[in-house]
Amino acid sequence: MQLIYTPEQQAFANEVRAFTRETLDPAVARKVLEGARLGREDFLGWHRSLHRKGWVGAGWPREFGGPGWDAVRQHIFDEVTADEGAPPLIPFGLRMVAPVIMAFGSKAQQARFLPRILSGEDWWCQGYSEPGSGSDLASLKCRADRDGDHYVVNGQKTWTTLGHFADWIFCLVRTASEGRPQEGISFLLIDMKSPGITVRPILMLDQEHEVNEVWFDDVRVPVDNRVGEENKGWTYAKFLLGHERTGIAGVGRAKRIVKRLWHVARQARSDGRPLIDDTRFRDRLAQVEIELRALEITLLRVLAAEAEKKTPGPEASILKIRGSEIQQTLTELTMLAAGPAALPYVREGEAGAPDVPWLSDEAFRFASGHYFNFRKTTIYGGSNEIQRNIIAQHVLGL
Amino acid sequence: MDFRLTEEQRALADTVGRFIERDYGFEARWSMLRSPEGWSRGRWQRLAELGLTALPVPERAGGLGGGGVETMLVMEAFGRGLVLEPWLGCAFLPARLLSALDSGPEARSWLEGIAAGERLLAVAFTEPEQRYERAPVETRAVVEGEGWRLTGRKVSVLGGDAADTLLVTALIDGEAGTSLFAVRADAPGVTRYPYPLQDGTRGADLAFDRVPAQRVGPPGGAGPALEWALDAATAALCAEGVGVMDALVRRTVDYLKTRRQFGRPIGANQALQHRAVDMLIETEMARSMAIEAALAADDDDPARRARAIAAAKFTVARACRFVGQQAVQLHGGIGVTHELDVSHFFKRATVISLTFGDADWQLARYGEALRAAA
Repeated sequence: MQLIYTPEQQAFANEVRAFTRETLDPAVARKVLEGARLGREDFLGWHRSLHRKGWVGAGWPREFGGPGWDAVRQHIFDEVTADEGAPPLIPFGLRMVAPVIMAFGSKAQQARFLPRILSGEDWWCQGYSEPGSGSDLASLKCRADRDGDHYVVNGQKTWTTLGHFADWIFCLVRTASEGRPQEGISFLLIDMKSPGITVRPILMLDQEHEVNEVWFDDVRVPVDNRVGEENKGWTYAKFLLGHERTGIAGVGRAKRIVKRLWHVARQARSDGRPLIDDTRFRDRLAQVEIELRALEITLLRVLAAEAEKKTPGPEASILKIRGSEIQQTLTELTMLAAGPAALPYVREGEAGAPDVPWLSDEAFRFASGHYFNFRKTTIYGGSNEIQRNIIAQHVLGL
Repeated sequence: MDFRLTEEQRALADTVGRFIERDYGFEARWSMLRSPEGWSRGRWQRLAELGLTALPVPERAGGLGGGGVETMLVMEAFGRGLVLEPWLGCAFLPARLLSALDSGPEARSWLEGIAAGERLLAVAFTEPEQRYERAPVETRAVVEGEGWRLTGRKVSVLGGDAADTLLVTALIDGEAGTSLFAVRADAPGVTRYPYPLQDGTRGADLAFDRVPAQRVGPPGGAGPALEWALDAATAALCAEGVGVMDALVRRTVDYLKTRRQFGRPIGANQALQHRAVDMLIETEMARSMAIEAALAADDDDPARRARAIAAAKFTVARACRFVGQQAVQLHGGIGVTHELDVSHFFKRATVISLTFGDADWQLARYGEALRAAA
């Protein structure tokens, strides 16, 4: 048993760090470290650099072009790149739809979609939630009616993260209304340029455009774009949600923020003294750092167990719960560290934004925006209450 | 990075696990609790036969030289079985302290005695005015004639009721640091005030009045060894806490499935399910940190070691409190009775959370270390 890296793992960490420093656009890194909103190209530039290096597709089997890293290398990659200010790789293609296509898609679908996911040519988004179907996803109503070798899709999806950037959407649609609700669902891959699709922004608590409503009005989708069997989509959807939970813990990013908070706490002054001398603040920061370490080791334990069993178990729900809680605590602590500087609402670069010199303190510029924005983490990806239901049922047998 | 156990470690875990299952039924434990000593010398001999008293003793003194991971495996099993024998207080802690300090013939014979299961030692360091600090403040040793004489008081000494020899921290004139002295428990001038702790394990307060004492290790130089030994003992306690919490989670979940109210198992209620899940989460986080502590226990860098172990004990202490309280709550009326095993696990969890530094103390220690690193 050992928690430190072997010399090979350390060498890999050094290689990742050197590559990131050499390749990552400093302007993008700066945005990430400050917590500014990223544009499509900010994500894709980094994605393409990694693709050229052969480092996209962590967790993918080698036959589909993955780098063949084990769980520890994947963790090292996430941690080091996050620490250097690299944008996250958008998970909807790489970590969500790709495993479904690999496991259940046809050879033709694999050949058509996977290389473009790997290269970043296709940006994917997720069509799961609907206005009336959140936690009770199987009640979804967006329907696909068969018309020859096409489906005709009508309905609405919502909370579609970065759907305004997307080339493709993977959708759960209703193809039958008899039997249990889970039994009439199919899994479709839909081109976002299809006639009849409308994307409308939803502003989040921080007044930023991150998620969308996606409307389908007689959208024609070739039957060839259905993954697996008709009416068996629920099985694939659950498979996907299992993959979503391990990535959702956000350990690398959280470690970066903790590091930054220690730095901020040494710089910021409260009553003439460094904030770090304030026992109440220091205790809170120390506590969340310890909680994050416990989460990190737990993540490594889960990854090590998965390396033997291959698919994520329900234990992954623990990671989602603790990871999201820790991310929220960190945004709250950053806001508390900012103090009164957290109060003004300022949008970067917007015409007419107030020019307040002391708000240029980059550490705090987005502090309260993130606090508001991150309330989402305990809700998305299966709310934490749903995660507790999953653990109660599948781990504790209640 | 690797979570696998070696062959030997797996064998050790199996051995201890079997011992707990065979010798540590709840009824057997009851009768030991009611015995005058509160534990069983016969079972201590079994522990010795299984090699467990030799485990913390270095190989050069006839022991097995077990490290943090081996200790973790033993203590986790002890936690699941609520073992009463004073292994941590009378074998592990003194063995660890002696092995860091002194290789003289006397120390070697103590270590050999511990390894053989023939000697019980205890480490006395907390004084009446203290909570969790580790350096002596009042207890003093002075040279009188041929040797040292020790005067002072120590409290909350783990295994202090049973030990034949006491390792006592003291100040000496002209030395700023901690010195360590060995005192025979039956020496003239030693008064013992033995008591059971809330969880049935035993301890004692001790008073020393000009007791003949033998210095162990360099004058004023025992502090780092004491820290090293207490850090390792704290890591061990973290593992025991995880074993206790495992037992509490398992028993509580079983109860939720069997206890019926309103015509259905109480575990069908979501409010109770989510509470049980939170108990599981706290236990798993504690398990991760107990692993961190076990590996840090063998780290020679004192600052890094202390920080990792403070983080672990903070996590375990808080989890012990949460899991223990919730286990009692979810058991309802029966949970607040002395007859139910859950109450005994709860009390052990509580004692663990308060031993060698509670959550607040550990958090302060961790934060202080980080501030100092600035």
